[in-house]
Amino acid sequence: MSAILAIVRRDLLLAMRRKSEVLTALFFFIIVVSLFPLGIGPEPLLLKKIAPGILWVAALLSTMLSLNRLFATDHADGTLEQLVLSPTPLGLLVAGKIAAHWLTSGLPLVLLAPVLGIQFDLDTSALGILVLALLLGTPLLSLIGAIGAALTLGVRGGGVLLSLLVLPLYIPALIFGAGAVEAHISGLGATGHLSLLAALLALAAFFAPWATTAALRVALE
Amino acid sequence: MSNRLINWFKFASPQSFYPLAGRMIPWFWALAAVFGIAGLWISFFVAPTDAVQGEGYRIIFIHVPSSWMSMFIYLVMAAWAALGLALNTRLSGMMAQALAPTGALMAFISLWTGAFWGKPMWGTWWVWDARLTSELILFFLYIGFIALQAAIDDPRRADKAGAILALVGVVNVPIIYFSVKWWNTLHQGASVSIAKSPSMAQTMLWGMLIMALAFWMYSIAVALMRVRAIILERETHTEWVKELSEVKQ
Repeated sequence: MSAILAIVRRDLLLAMRRKSEVLTALFFFIIVVSLFPLGIGPEPLLLKKIAPGILWVAALLSTMLSLNRLFATDHADGTLEQLVLSPTPLGLLVAGKIAAHWLTSGLPLVLLAPVLGIQFDLDTSALGILVLALLLGTPLLSLIGAIGAALTLGVRGGGVLLSLLVLPLYIPALIFGAGAVEAHISGLGATGHLSLLAALLALAAFFAPWATTAALRVALE
Repeated sequence: MSNRLINWFKFASPQSFYPLAGRMIPWFWALAAVFGIAGLWISFFVAPTDAVQGEGYRIIFIHVPSSWMSMFIYLVMAAWAALGLALNTRLSGMMAQALAPTGALMAFISLWTGAFWGKPMWGTWWVWDARLTSELILFFLYIGFIALQAAIDDPRRADKAGAILALVGVVNVPIIYFSVKWWNTLHQGASVSIAKSPSMAQTMLWGMLIMALAFWMYSIAVALMRVRAIILERETHTEWVKELSEVKQ
């Protein structure tokens, strides 16, 4: 447990020392969300209807951007090899790294989303559901993305390849995440969607660090 | 080992599998041709015209077998991948790599013929129906697998990374299918449904099954040809490849 905390603390510290990377992904999120009304038109009813989808797609893309640096810098300076050699199970350390990734890239999105939601005229209860869905969904994005990041570690054209691998796997999170808000707005209730999202999160929290570990070992051998 | 009828592990080595595949390929091509001709004959001349959909429904004889194959090949690919990870056999990775393009082709044919079928029947090339959407995502998964293998230079690493991706994908395929299905029903999407078509005539079913066999045989034949090429490519440095008559020339 202390090893996980040490990894999380280290990664957070590194992220704080290089704030620009974290902030770039955040501003990317804001810009993508702001581009949609410009492309579609300022019709308030239409924008309100598509807001959950837009916010979620932007969250997927913004998470994608920050996935590259999850293992790449550690791989470049040899830290990753030390992690593999350490007596602590690699799966735990990977879980720590994924948690740190979520804290620096997922959590800020969750906190920003209601502000952007107001731009799309979502009411308070819908904003609450949106935050809840993102709170359950963004860790899922970090977990699944870690598998892709480990698979494409040190590979030619890794960034584009990563999105090709990971985006199809993000589809369930997108469907249930955006669906929760839409179901709430249409009066169906979001409980079902949120439960499914939580179930996927539980599943991924168990399997993803394991698969990521296997992929890292392949990349490092 | 000697008390077994066939020593399966013997053929796990590329050296002994290469000639075996070479001997099997003509048979699978022949079977593909026989089933293909029989299936096409049934589907064009024997099967009756559909009461609702007219002659246009005959696209089903290509569409359904290719959809089946696209899903089945992904499972086979993942099974080879798992075998490769568990037993560390070289051939398994090669088989998975050889199957991927055929699977992608099947998914593409399925989408393409689906569009051709949808236009006259539903009046639209594409609906965001659960089956269409999940077939499209399956196609993306194939492309991701092929792209990952192509991007990694070291073949052993490419095999293992591809195997992990295929296994992650196979876990996700049912999740994606059901999420898309529920998404679709909640959206009250297209009112048309493939599932509600009336029960099929016996000959139509037979035509479809025989065409499915033809697709199956074709896929095996092509995968074996491709795996032979992959073996030659990866084993160029070995003595036995240099001794082969087709390489010597």
